[in-house]
Amino acid sequence: MKKILVLIISFVLFASNVFANSGNLVIVTSFPKDLSGQFKAAFEAKYPNITVEVVGKKTTAGIKYIQETSSNNGTDLFWASAPDAFEVLKGDDLLAKYSSKVKGIPDLVGSYPINDPQGFYTGFAAAGYGMMWNTRYLKANNLPAPKEWIDMADPIYFGHTGMSAPSRSGTTHLTVETLLQGDGFEAGWAKMKSIAANFKTVTARSFGVPDGVNSGDFGVGIVIDFFGLSSIGSGFPVGFVYPTVTTLVPANIGVITNAPNEKNAQLFIDFLLTPEGQEILLDPKIRRLPVNPETYAKAPKDFPNPFKDSSIGAAVKFDVQLSKSRYNLVNSLFDVMITYRLDDLRAAMSAIYKAEAKLGNSSNAKAKKLIAEARALVSALPITEAKANDAEFNKIFKKKRKKAKDIEKYAGTRQAEVEAEWDKFVIDNYSNAIKKAEEAIKAL
Amino acid sequence: MFKNLFLKSTALFIGLFLLIFLAVPIFQVFYVSFLDENGHFTLLNFYDFFQNALFIESFYNSFYVASMSVVLASVFALPLAYFTSRFNFRGSVIIQSLGFIPLIMPPFVGAVAMKLLFGSNGSINLILNDWFGFKIPFMEGLNGVIFVESIHYFPFILINLITSLNNIDRTMEESAQSLGSKGFGLFRKIVLPLSMPGYVAGASLVFLKVFDDLGTPLLLDVNNMLAPQAYLRISSIGINDPMGYVIGVILVLTSIAAVYVAKLALGGKDYSMLQKGGGGMIKRDFLPYQKYLAYFVVFFILFLVLSPHIALTLLSFGTIWSFSVLPDAFTVQHYKAVFENSVFIKNTMLYCSIAAFIDVVLAFFISYIVLRTKIIGRQLLDYIAMSALAIPGLVLGIGYLRTFYSINLPWDNTPLASWWFMIVIILAVRRLPYALRACNAVLMQISKYLEESAESLGAQKISIFRKILIPLMTGGLLAGFITSFSTATVELSATIMLVSTESEAPLAYAIYSYMQTAAGRGPGAAFGLIGVLIVAVGTYLSQLIIEKKYKQRGMEAKV
Repeated sequence: MKKILVLIISFVLFASNVFANSGNLVIVTSFPKDLSGQFKAAFEAKYPNITVEVVGKKTTAGIKYIQETSSNNGTDLFWASAPDAFEVLKGDDLLAKYSSKVKGIPDLVGSYPINDPQGFYTGFAAAGYGMMWNTRYLKANNLPAPKEWIDMADPIYFGHTGMSAPSRSGTTHLTVETLLQGDGFEAGWAKMKSIAANFKTVTARSFGVPDGVNSGDFGVGIVIDFFGLSSIGSGFPVGFVYPTVTTLVPANIGVITNAPNEKNAQLFIDFLLTPEGQEILLDPKIRRLPVNPETYAKAPKDFPNPFKDSSIGAAVKFDVQLSKSRYNLVNSLFDVMITYRLDDLRAAMSAIYKAEAKLGNSSNAKAKKLIAEARALVSALPITEAKANDAEFNKIFKKKRKKAKDIEKYAGTRQAEVEAEWDKFVIDNYSNAIKKAEEAIKAL
Repeated sequence: MFKNLFLKSTALFIGLFLLIFLAVPIFQVFYVSFLDENGHFTLLNFYDFFQNALFIESFYNSFYVASMSVVLASVFALPLAYFTSRFNFRGSVIIQSLGFIPLIMPPFVGAVAMKLLFGSNGSINLILNDWFGFKIPFMEGLNGVIFVESIHYFPFILINLITSLNNIDRTMEESAQSLGSKGFGLFRKIVLPLSMPGYVAGASLVFLKVFDDLGTPLLLDVNNMLAPQAYLRISSIGINDPMGYVIGVILVLTSIAAVYVAKLALGGKDYSMLQKGGGGMIKRDFLPYQKYLAYFVVFFILFLVLSPHIALTLLSFGTIWSFSVLPDAFTVQHYKAVFENSVFIKNTMLYCSIAAFIDVVLAFFISYIVLRTKIIGRQLLDYIAMSALAIPGLVLGIGYLRTFYSINLPWDNTPLASWWFMIVIILAVRRLPYALRACNAVLMQISKYLEESAESLGAQKISIFRKILIPLMTGGLLAGFITSFSTATVELSATIMLVSTESEAPLAYAIYSYMQTAAGRGPGAAFGLIGVLIVAVGTYLSQLIIEKKYKQRGMEAKV
């Protein structure tokens, strides 16, 4: 009996030595087939004994899947764009530490750290937000292509632009947060609202924006670069540009806690960072920015290089901690003021545009004052910056608040209650802005 | 004694099935709506719902959109159903099959096709703007939602109404005629009342489906409705506001109320007909001018409701289609992806046919138990089964993971939730309401004296089912099967949570993964079109069977 046991053990040891790189690898990813399929094929070609199983799920569904299956985990890697998705998993102790030994990857891209400082997830590609437009649409409507965020607040774009909601897409969230950090909380929101007043739509999916621009449903969209670059690569009549204020954000991969094939998972991460893995990112259907600076030597002309072109993503020193502390509050504020009340916002701004057009170069002081007041009403926030950054207040928006002492200061306050208050404030202001603008028109 | 035991144990079995695969998973997710921040029971969240202007507005909007969609869907469905089943109408089988297609709108890619056609810069508006200098906002705001929903869901009314009309006993009409009734009076007094069960079944499905529908409002970016409000709150990263679940509970309660109201509308009247001899109404001929008018109306409606699928076809063969009336050029390249990944099609066929079969069996027994027995709690079966309509797929998916993931399969130690058969079950549960309404409507038209006389002659329950009910209900059972099957082929929201390996994923999943990239539009559309074709062929074949059966019965009756 013992002999057999020894035999079996030695065989297992032997086998595990010989077939060190064999077995399976299960990856849950939000990436499309065009991206994941190519990496899977290249990885399997390099390690023929490993079978890669790629399961595609939306980022939110992927997180829920990993959370719900953790008791009986069968997933090795989570592979997705938004760093905040990884923060959620990290917070739930669902990620295992791993730092790749591949050399030549810098610490920062733009002003954002490529890897999680604590080593729970690894950046493998970078992406930044910008503006994408449909050339046929702009030509038919006689519109110029925008260059900076503020261009999109120009009345000529009224009803011609689109964006997805930050609560729907982690990367959109970072764009909004970048704007708030770059321009300051109040000025940032004012700019955001004046841009939003021109929106034709706020899409529920982040891919809804490139979809809409590609179809010509609206002319200009705020999108993450690879949506724009890969649409160009697929032949759509579209263009893309980074504004000065943008943040480059790494797309990430992390090993799941209790991964059944942890060794293979680590091999896959290493593979992503090697020159051959990084080159796949340049494929016209993928077009993400490699984190290995050397890979750019093989990139096509006009391909943006954040490691050379310091204007991309360096204008704002992005404060990750601040962003994290008010994450849900910013999303909720955006939805209450913009997503759910887009019609009211548009009506208010359109009245202001009318008044301003009638004002022209006239120096009617009364009308000017009324228009300024109307604009101030639209920009007004239902919350001060200090309160928005207050850690106690933010707890109302947090997921877990089981202990009563967590919310001492705001005990008993519910998110729905706060949102209902904000909603009332916003609606009143928008309708008062319309009244002011109409008074201004009468005064002229 | 025995027959009662048989029915009682069947009722118990169905009850358990619904409990395990519907009630428990939903409860796993929804109980949050009854908790305060300390985890204690509270109704405060519901108070918040009614205090919030946005939620009240959303509730009103959902109600308005659902009611108006029933009206517009009836406008589409009534002429198609009436002309093709009441008159000698060439091609009525094809027309009835085609009228069914709009129900199958593949996820994502269907939306893109609709926008390319009806959007503010879609083909139609580009032409209108070019020629006449104006545009029609087909797809803007609440009216846009009503327009798209009615096109999408009017087949529910069509298919149930046709089944009902075909079941009307010819002798009823003949007796009325011999008593001097004709024309509109005949229609109002005989045809209309007798076809009510089918119409109400269809209309209540349209109402419920639109009230709970998520896809269309999201596609049109209309957020101020209940289902999108629930979804947006439940699926946001990190946010775990109970309001999403509160709205979910309200959706379920409203749906149950709507089923109840539909029952009241039919309540107290007897729609059954004793004789099932003369299959369907007497078909008559059009007068010449009527004929052209009827063909014009039918073709106009068909063209309108099928236009999204025409756009889908163009998309699947087009290269680049952007801000133009038609794609820039055409190619068959996209279909290569379909043939390289045919496993998705095979999976879909397998899953959906098993799921639809389960639905028809369950629906048959549920409607029998509800309409024919006095078993305590029988109405509850109906309400619980129907509430599946109101549960967002995402919620049911999460509930399944939560309930079944920690249970391992006995034979290979993998989690139960990742077994492919669970996808079949979740599809069956989500599509059960369709089959159930169809079965309910036909059973209401069958007189129970037929069964009673068989029983008094000593027939067993089983042989009553086999020899009387099943043959008489064939039309309704098939209608239920087709509706469940075809809508299941394009289901995504629940299955995407359960898919654990790509080799076991269904067609809708393939469409989803292609539609996340700019280059994936063509292949996505090709997959979508293949799905539609499978369903179209299936529908056509079953329509042929139904038609043949009615003709046969008609012949026998004459002899």
